[in-house]
Amino acid sequence: MIPELGHFALILALCLSVLLCTIPLWGSWQRNVTAMALAPNLAIGVLVFTTLSFACLTWAFLQDDFSVEVVANNSNSLLPWYYKFSAVWGNHEGSLLLWALILALWTCAVAVFSPQLPLVMLSRVLAVMGFVGVGFLAFSLFTSNPFARLLPGIPADGQDLNPLLQDFGLIIHPPLLYMGYVGFSVAFAFAIAALLGGRLDAAWARWSRPWTNVAWAFLTLGIMLGSWWAYYELGWGGWWFWDPVENASFMPWLAGTALVHSLAATEKRGLFKSWTVLLAIFAFSLSLLGTFLVRSGVLTSVHAFATDPARGMFILVFLGIVTGGSLVLYALRAPAVASRVSFTWISRESLLLVNNVVFLVATLTVLFGTLFPLLMDALGQGKYSVGPPYFNAVFIPLMALLVPFMGVGPLSRWKRDSVRRWQAELLVPGLVTLACALTLPLLHTGDYNLWVALAVLFAGWLVVGLLRDLANRVRNSASLGAGLRRLTPSYWGMVIAHVGFAATIIGVVLTSQYTIEHDLKMSPGESDTLAGYEFRFIDVGAVQGPNFVADEARFVVYRDGREVVRLAPQKRRYLASGSVMTEASIDAGLFRDLFVAMGEPVGVDGAWAIRLHYKPFVRWMWAGALLMALGGFMTVADKRYRRQRTVAREGLREGGVRGAQA
Amino acid sequence: MAPRLKLFLPLVIFVVLAGFLYRGLSLDPMELPSALIDKPLPAFSLTALADGRALTRDDVIGEPALFNVWATWCISCRAEHPYLQRLADTGIPIYGINYKDEDQAARRWLQELGDPYRANIVDREGSLGVDLGVYGAPETYLVDADGVIRYRHVGVIDDRVWRDTLEPLWREVLAMAQEP
Repeated sequence: MIPELGHFALILALCLSVLLCTIPLWGSWQRNVTAMALAPNLAIGVLVFTTLSFACLTWAFLQDDFSVEVVANNSNSLLPWYYKFSAVWGNHEGSLLLWALILALWTCAVAVFSPQLPLVMLSRVLAVMGFVGVGFLAFSLFTSNPFARLLPGIPADGQDLNPLLQDFGLIIHPPLLYMGYVGFSVAFAFAIAALLGGRLDAAWARWSRPWTNVAWAFLTLGIMLGSWWAYYELGWGGWWFWDPVENASFMPWLAGTALVHSLAATEKRGLFKSWTVLLAIFAFSLSLLGTFLVRSGVLTSVHAFATDPARGMFILVFLGIVTGGSLVLYALRAPAVASRVSFTWISRESLLLVNNVVFLVATLTVLFGTLFPLLMDALGQGKYSVGPPYFNAVFIPLMALLVPFMGVGPLSRWKRDSVRRWQAELLVPGLVTLACALTLPLLHTGDYNLWVALAVLFAGWLVVGLLRDLANRVRNSASLGAGLRRLTPSYWGMVIAHVGFAATIIGVVLTSQYTIEHDLKMSPGESDTLAGYEFRFIDVGAVQGPNFVADEARFVVYRDGREVVRLAPQKRRYLASGSVMTEASIDAGLFRDLFVAMGEPVGVDGAWAIRLHYKPFVRWMWAGALLMALGGFMTVADKRYRRQRTVAREGLREGGVRGAQA
Repeated sequence: MAPRLKLFLPLVIFVVLAGFLYRGLSLDPMELPSALIDKPLPAFSLTALADGRALTRDDVIGEPALFNVWATWCISCRAEHPYLQRLADTGIPIYGINYKDEDQAARRWLQELGDPYRANIVDREGSLGVDLGVYGAPETYLVDADGVIRYRHVGVIDDRVWRDTLEPLWREVLAMAQEP
């Protein structure tokens, strides 16, 4: 009965979404205040019923209701309860429901937290989001109903959740990623609403900016978690594979990064208006494209969902309507004349333009690399696979091109600046950074590594630029504390995010350059030394988990004769599916990770293929991403947005009515 | 008029892209045709697993046969093994290509699980695998009487795969071999 209730709630959510995307839009066209005022209530209604539906599916998973097909295929009575919970979105149908739920959440959030918006604008924004909701709810109901029953012939037990997904990281990775993906629908909706209204002014940039920053921060967290999960769960110590599914999440992030910066220029200076609109459309379209690539089976990937051409067709048509439609609207309504705001080549505007160009080119190269196999196949040119060499070869130089400008960015001035001022500000700190960059790699034993020197130089350059700007800003204050307190949260957000980017550079380059990997055959009692750490293989024992049995290799790691840590990687066999998983054992540290994973048993004398890694600075990469996300969240705390809200509440109530009557 | 037309550019690019995506829906990326389909089996000079004698291409062609790439480290191969045994019992010649493996482990495997193979080519370094374009084990190649590769199957052969794809091809190849 409960699954049917969930199904019914989902149908009601779809009906309300249809109302949401039609009535307020009609109202905004007819200037009918009653119709427009319905939008927030409808948004809340959609959220209520989508939540109810999601709760019903969750209940089916937690209660082991194997008469429901997705439960039977993706859960098992032996599964711990928290994995039963995360199994709700560990499959195509359930994850789609999660998508719809998160979209409903964002829509509702916009409805609740936007009293400052003119009613016309709000109703249009919510209607556009309602339209996106219609697409995804219909997709769920018509092609991937999560509540389909297996009747008759209910299986006695479920087939278990894919063991790769039985992991803490995977409990929270998809929700965060979807928060990011779907969050871009807010920026998209604002852009479309602005185009519909025919007024692209700084106001819409100011309204959509906090939403975009939050969505971007969520996406950053989601991608970071995915990379971290791949590192410890897939068992070969890699953290980024340029796999189509990873690229699917990375492309919206790149476009979103461009959007976040372009919005800054639009809000502050009224520049790049149509460009920003285009980026907002682009970022959300890439989110949809990602969904298409992951769920349609057009590309092969290590972690694609069960795929189905009918589903692919649905998303493609939806993508066509959303992206095609909004691009038509863009072509018809975007201002064709360049804005009259002027700026010189040496100015913050130019630097933001560099950011936009670099990130757009990066997005397009990743898009091209991801779709290249598909393009060649469609043209009858045969099967290709584009691997990391292509992506690294184009992506790394692009980021290297970005950094010199990025370092100057924070202390540059709007409209007109001078190279002489930049020189005065940055020449000495730059030279100090250069000296550090040249000497720091010497600390590492072994050959001098030029890449590491370059990474230190780049990261240092970013940090120096930020410090210089901070110093400038607090210089005139009575005290250091007073000066720092006066800085706004959005400024701090920028500083933290940029520092995070610097940390990520350090992490990526140093890990790639200094990692030591040994793949070898080891028997109990043997030992191997890498980077001064002696890994001693003690023995192999049998371990029993809740739904698996495992061989566990026990290692003790010594350094200079002292015990550092005990590591126990496992080779697990999951009982329900019979699949075998490698569970790496990692000693994490700020400056280095020690990583042991088991391969296959070799020979008769109890020997195993063992993989030992020494990975310096690998944590910096994820710590950097965390900082970037933190920075993104911080900007929202800015008083600027709150003050506006209070001012707006008085000012725009009449504005809304006036707009409605105009 | 011209600046307005410029704004249609993103739309045009998107339409072209959508066309490709549409085409992509009807293509199956998992289908991996070997570059060698309808080309002769590559020449090799390797040893036999059982007794270490030299094996070359000439020793294994002459009649239609299956060439199965396997290894003891390959878990799917273990799943596939009983079915290969059944095929061998019906008289279908199967040659094994023991891929990047240890001889001793491979011999023990055949002792324990049975030996469906006419002979096993020891490809310890994976050189024959490279020539064939092996993606991973198990993989099976259908080679006709003239030593020409007719089909490549990636993954485990089971009853369904055999009935639906391999058997019809097998009959075809067999019929061709019997024609004068």
